[in-house]
Amino acid sequence: MEFVLEEIGKSLAHEVHLYPLTLKLGSGLHVLLGPTLAGKTSLMRIMAGLDKPSSGRITLDAKDLSKVRVQDRKVAFVYQQFINYPSLNVFENIASPLRVEGRLKARELREKVEAAAEMMQIQHLLKRMPAELSGGQQQRTAIARALVKDADLLLLDEPLVNLDYKLREELRSDMRDIFSHREAIVVYATTEPQEALMLGGTTTILDKGRLLQHGPTLEVYHQPSYQRVGEVFSDPPMNMLAAELKGGRFHLASGHDFMPSRTMTQLAEGDYTLGLRAHHVSLKPITGGVKLRARLELAEISGSQTFLHLHLDPNISLVAQLDGVHSYDFGQDLDIYLNPDKLFAFDQTSDQTSDQNSKLVASPAYRTHGLKEA
Amino acid sequence: MAEIRLDNIAHSYVTKPKSAQDYALKPMQLTWQDGGAYALLGPSGCGKTTLLNIISGLIKPSQGRLLFNGLDLTEASPEHRNIAQVFQFPVIYDTMSVFDNLAFPLRNRGVKATEVRKRVEEVAELLELSKDLNLRARGLSADVKQKISLGRGLVRSDVAAILFDEPLTVIDPHLKWLLRSKLKQIHQQYKLTLIYVTHDQIEALTFADQVVVMFEGEVVQTGTPQELFETPAHTFVGYFIGSPGMNLLPCELHQDGLYLGGQELALADEVFEKLRRQVGGGGWLELGIRPEFLNYSPQPVMNALRAHTEHIEDLGNFKMLHCHLENKPNLRLKVKVSEDRPANLGAAWLSFPKSWTKFYLDKQRIALEGL
Repeated sequence: MEFVLEEIGKSLAHEVHLYPLTLKLGSGLHVLLGPTLAGKTSLMRIMAGLDKPSSGRITLDAKDLSKVRVQDRKVAFVYQQFINYPSLNVFENIASPLRVEGRLKARELREKVEAAAEMMQIQHLLKRMPAELSGGQQQRTAIARALVKDADLLLLDEPLVNLDYKLREELRSDMRDIFSHREAIVVYATTEPQEALMLGGTTTILDKGRLLQHGPTLEVYHQPSYQRVGEVFSDPPMNMLAAELKGGRFHLASGHDFMPSRTMTQLAEGDYTLGLRAHHVSLKPITGGVKLRARLELAEISGSQTFLHLHLDPNISLVAQLDGVHSYDFGQDLDIYLNPDKLFAFDQTSDQTSDQNSKLVASPAYRTHGLKEA
Repeated sequence: MAEIRLDNIAHSYVTKPKSAQDYALKPMQLTWQDGGAYALLGPSGCGKTTLLNIISGLIKPSQGRLLFNGLDLTEASPEHRNIAQVFQFPVIYDTMSVFDNLAFPLRNRGVKATEVRKRVEEVAELLELSKDLNLRARGLSADVKQKISLGRGLVRSDVAAILFDEPLTVIDPHLKWLLRSKLKQIHQQYKLTLIYVTHDQIEALTFADQVVVMFEGEVVQTGTPQELFETPAHTFVGYFIGSPGMNLLPCELHQDGLYLGGQELALADEVFEKLRRQVGGGGWLELGIRPEFLNYSPQPVMNALRAHTEHIEDLGNFKMLHCHLENKPNLRLKVKVSEDRPANLGAAWLSFPKSWTKFYLDKQRIALEGL
C-alpha cells in the first residue's frame, strides 16, 4: 500500500496550521514526532478525512481520497482521550464498527472481536462495562475497536499520554509487536522521543506546522538535518553551545577551547552551534573530553536515570544524563566532561527565510547494526 | 513545623471491616520528621490520598493515633491542625490581585499589615512572582495560577506541615523541572516539613529526601531515591521504580545450589547459607536484578547463565535486549546495554553481579548486607 500526501497545507483564518508538505508512507509503522502545536493532530485529521486540506492532494494506492466518502474509507482513529460507548460492554464496544458495516455473520463477528481483544489482552474483560475498567483497560478497548476493522490506515494520536508511566511502558511494547505484524499503514503521533525509538519504523519530525525531516527512525535520530530536529528528537533536549571555529579550535563563550573531532576537520572557520545529547555529558573524565566547571541547579531523578541541570557563566545551560540514581547537593560546583566525538555541528550562516535554518554540517560517526528479527 | 507521627493508624471505608481487604489503609507506624521533604508515592488506589486526608483531618481514621510533636490530634478538626495544603488545580480568588491572594491566609489569621507585606514579598520573590503582584489573578496562565497556589501554601510561617497533592499536574512539562527546583530550593532554605503526594516517580524522586512507597494500603518501603533504585525492599518497589522496572524471576533453592530455569546460579557460600536459613532448607524464592545491572556477553562467559536474545530495541543512546533463559521462554529478562557495546540476537550469556542481585521471599527482600 502507498499513502501519498502531496503539498498538503492547512490554513484557518489566515493562520497557518500546516505549511505545504509532501510525505509518502508505505505499509508499516510511522511516527509523527513533535512538540505540542507542531501540527500532528491537524495532519492526522486531514489523513483521516475529517478535515479538508487547504491545498494539496491525498492518494491511497493512486486513488484520490477526497473522492471517497468518509464512511467508505477504511480508516480507524484512536484519540488521546479514550472514547468508548458507556452503555455498551467491552465486547459490544469492540464489535461496534463491525455492526455498522453489518456484513459479518454472528460467529465471524465473535471471532474477530475475540481476536482483537486477545491482542490487547482484554479477553477476560469482554462482559465488563467501560466504567468498571481502569484507564489502561479503557484505552486497550478503544485500540481493540480500531484493530477489529482491518483498516488500511490506522491513526493513533498520542494514545498513551493520559495513562500512568507503568501502563505506558507495557502498552508501548505491546503496540510495537502488534503493528509490526499488520499490513496496514499505521501512523502514531507522539511528543516523546523515547516512544518513537521504541516503536521504530520511520519518523517524521514536525514543528510549528512544518515538516522538518522524514526517514528511518534511527537515521533521523543520528543525523538530525536541523538544529531543531536535534532538540525535538532528544529527551532531555539536545544541549546547544555556541562556538567559534578559529585557528583550528572551537572556542566556547565560557572561554574553553578544544580541537574538533575527526568528522569536523573539513569545517570552515566561523560560527557554529554545537549539539550534544545529555548522555554524552559525563561526570567521569573521558579521554579527549573537554573539561568544564559547572554549577548544579537541580538533579532530576527519573527512576533509573539522573538528569543534572547545570549552569556555566556566561549564561550557558547544560543537562547531563547519568545512569542510575544519584544524589547531589543543589548549588554545588562539579567538573563535567563533554565528549567531542559525539558533537553535532549546525551552521549559523544559512539564509534567514525560515526560523528552522540551522542546518546540520557535521555529525558523529555511527553505525546501524542492521539487525533483523530472529 | 512539626514532627508528625502515625501510631498504628488504619482506615476502612467499610463500617464493620472483616478481613484485611476491607482496609484502604492497613495498620501502620510512620514518622515524618520535622523539616523533612517527603514524597508519598504509589499507583492509583494504593491508599495515598486516604493517608493524606487523615493527616489533614478530612478523614478520621478507623483506628490509631495521629501525633503532632507528640500531641494527639486524631480528633482535631482540619483548622486546628495548622496544615497548609496545595491541590492539583489552582485554588485562588480570580477577582483578587496576586498580592491579595498571597496575603489572604495571613490576613485571615489577623497577621499585622507590615508582617503580611514582608511575607508576601518574600514568597513572591522565591516563586518569581514579584513583578506580577499587582496583576489580577484572572487571565494569568495556568502555571502562574498554580504558582500562586503554591505561594498561598508557603506564605504562613507557623504551619506544622505543607501537603502537596499532585501539585504539578497542570504545569506544562517543560516548566515542571523549574518548579520542582523551586520547591526543592525552598525546602533547603526554610527546612519546612513537606509531604508531596504523587503517582509519578520523577516528581517523587526529584523532590524528596525520603520517599514513602505505598502499595495496596501498605507502606512497602521508606527510603532515599537511591535506596529505592538500588535496594528495593519489596518486589513492588523493584517493579514500580525505574523504567523498565526490575527483572523478577522465580528461582529454586536446593540442597546443592540455587537454580534459575534449570541452570545453577553460582553464589558465594555465605549468601547460599543465608538464603537456606531464610527459606528453611529449600524452596522457591524470587530473584530481582535491574536491567542496568545485568552483564551481557554475546560469547560464553564463566559463571554466566545461558540465555537467548529475542529482540533488540535500539533506543539511540542505549540498547534494550529482550532475553529469556535458555529453553525457558517464560523466564524473561530485560538487559540494558550501552550504545557502543555490541549486541546480537540469539545466544547470550548473562552474569549477575553479586551486589546487584537481590532475593525476595513473599515479596520481601532477604537482607544480605555484611556478608
